Amino acid sequence: MATADPIGVLTGAHFIDGDHACSEGAIAAGCRFVAGYPITPSTEVVERIAERFPFVGGVFIQMEDEIASSIAIQGAAWAGKKTMTVTSGPGFSLMMEHIGLAAMTETPLVLVDVQRAGPSTGLPTMPAQGDMMQARWGSHGDYGIIALCPNSPQECFDLTIKAFNLAEQYRVPVLFMMDECVGHMIERVVIPSADKIEVTPRRMHTGSKEEYLAFAPKADLVPDMVKAGDGYHMHVTGLTHDEKGYPNMTVGTQARLVRRLVDKIKLNAEKIVDYREDGVEGADIVVVTYGITSRTALPAIEQARSEGLKVGHLRLVVAWPFPEKRIRELSSKVKAFVVPELNFGQMTLEVERCAAGRANTVCVPHAGGTVHNPKDIYEAIRDSVKGAK
Amino acid sequence: MVEEQLFDEEVAAPANPIESLLRMDRIPHIWCPGCGIGTTVNCFIRALQTSGLNLDKVAVVSGIGCTGRVAGYLDLDSFHTTHGRAIPFATGLKLANPELKVVVYSGDGDLTAIGGNHFIHAARRNVDMTVILVNNMIYGMTGGQVAPTTPLNATASTTPHGNFEQTFNLPFLAESCGAVYVARWTASHVRHLTKSIKEALGKKGFSFVEILAPCPTLFSRRNKLGDGLDQMEYYQEHAEIRHGADTKTVGMDFQS
Repeated sequence: MATADPIGVLTGAHFIDGDHACSEGAIAAGCRFVAGYPITPSTEVVERIAERFPFVGGVFIQMEDEIASSIAIQGAAWAGKKTMTVTSGPGFSLMMEHIGLAAMTETPLVLVDVQRAGPSTGLPTMPAQGDMMQARWGSHGDYGIIALCPNSPQECFDLTIKAFNLAEQYRVPVLFMMDECVGHMIERVVIPSADKIEVTPRRMHTGSKEEYLAFAPKADLVPDMVKAGDGYHMHVTGLTHDEKGYPNMTVGTQARLVRRLVDKIKLNAEKIVDYREDGVEGADIVVVTYGITSRTALPAIEQARSEGLKVGHLRLVVAWPFPEKRIRELSSKVKAFVVPELNFGQMTLEVERCAAGRANTVCVPHAGGTVHNPKDIYEAIRDSVKGAK
Repeated sequence: MVEEQLFDEEVAAPANPIESLLRMDRIPHIWCPGCGIGTTVNCFIRALQTSGLNLDKVAVVSGIGCTGRVAGYLDLDSFHTTHGRAIPFATGLKLANPELKVVVYSGDGDLTAIGGNHFIHAARRNVDMTVILVNNMIYGMTGGQVAPTTPLNATASTTPHGNFEQTFNLPFLAESCGAVYVARWTASHVRHLTKSIKEALGKKGFSFVEILAPCPTLFSRRNKLGDGLDQMEYYQEHAEIRHGADTKTVGMDFQS
């Protein structure tokens, strides 16, 4: 097991916000290149990176826009660095093309989106969770993706490390879907000693140069990588390419490549999915949450339980890939799912798809700008079993 | 003895001197007969061969378009990125490993229209890279649409009644944004161009070489300027070599 480089790890207890905790998580994970275009409410992440990086051997550059940031990190990734960019709604929209490039060229990177209310400029300083489907489907074409949803500053630290590890293991862009509340919430964050922090090193090709095939997958469908400057003379293209990395624009090559880009996440999904359950066994109603909504739902769940309703709580830590298997299992045991979201029903669609009519799925929508009133979630829980099968 | 020498493979079929830096398994290339891009690649490779650079440490980054395909033919670490974004990719590559010699090789539309913002900021930051821009005054790959480099009054598929926008003077743009080395040559000035690319590669900082190149298929033919050879002859007859020119004065008019 590889562990963190102690130079980047501020071991101890801290009282910091989620944005700062995310920066520390990135540094602990071994991130040494960040390009960004500051945008509220994510700015504190790059500000802390800019302050800290010179002392840990990292390079930070403030680029001219989000488009540049999201591809500068890919150049740095092919030079061998662990890389990250950070943004919010409008910048996230601008980065979509380069999520596709990273998916196509299997470039490991972490993209942090501290979600704010949209569409467009929306409410720059206020929370939302409106980018969840964009995270899954935002770039054109088909590809697999991973997205994580922290619900506290502590998780902003812990899960940023996990995001880097997943990016390296599967060679995919990993989207870190924070929200303004989690980003600006200040709580106790405990950073362990470096030897307790597991980091996944880059999966480098170790054989000879002659036998190197840049995009030939291993058993887990992921190819090993090389970096620029090591004499491999590799070619990396966003065009449909063969195992050598050369453009090969045929229907067959397209089918093989895109199938693998989808399958490497789909077939490894059970290893990637991560959710936390509380009182789900024997429940009639399961509240499905993620991010800040997992905390606003707690008083509602408590109240419903105190009135005798059997309510469970399932919190998505990994939103993509979605825990399809678990929701399918539960759908034949429970009467209803209740999904509060700071949007008009995005992850709700996934729950509904997996429930497939076996249980009611009720969204508790919110346009964003603040968090739910727990009363609205309570009422949705209370009413969710009315008319259920 | 004499006959044996005549049929010696080395004598009968000498290797192309630039083969060692081409991915020969990807040849033939996609460029049209009479296109100038291949000539520029020949000059670039010859410049590299005499540059003294460690070729394992040279990386070439291209965007999208006809010139964007250059990276894919070079037997170097080579990256074919997204439209307009070769420069920010190259910026990340260079900053993450300063040992690399990073070359951006792309076209006029890619680098100065969709990628124009990145071009001026890389020059302003004086990022240590060489930008080679092949200017065929048109978007060739997609069928001859107007570009910021299309001369005033020339026609293109999206300006069928003539281009009425002013044309970018790229050496002036690059210099005013902070480039440390700025040159413009044509695809017919092969020896000057090779020497110039070698000079640019030897500069630390943001160096820029623009190369005028014929697009017979989609620019010259539509504008009744003849074929690729006619364009090369025009360059030879009309190009004026002015070292140290004030770049403000090197804007270009439509040749007809």
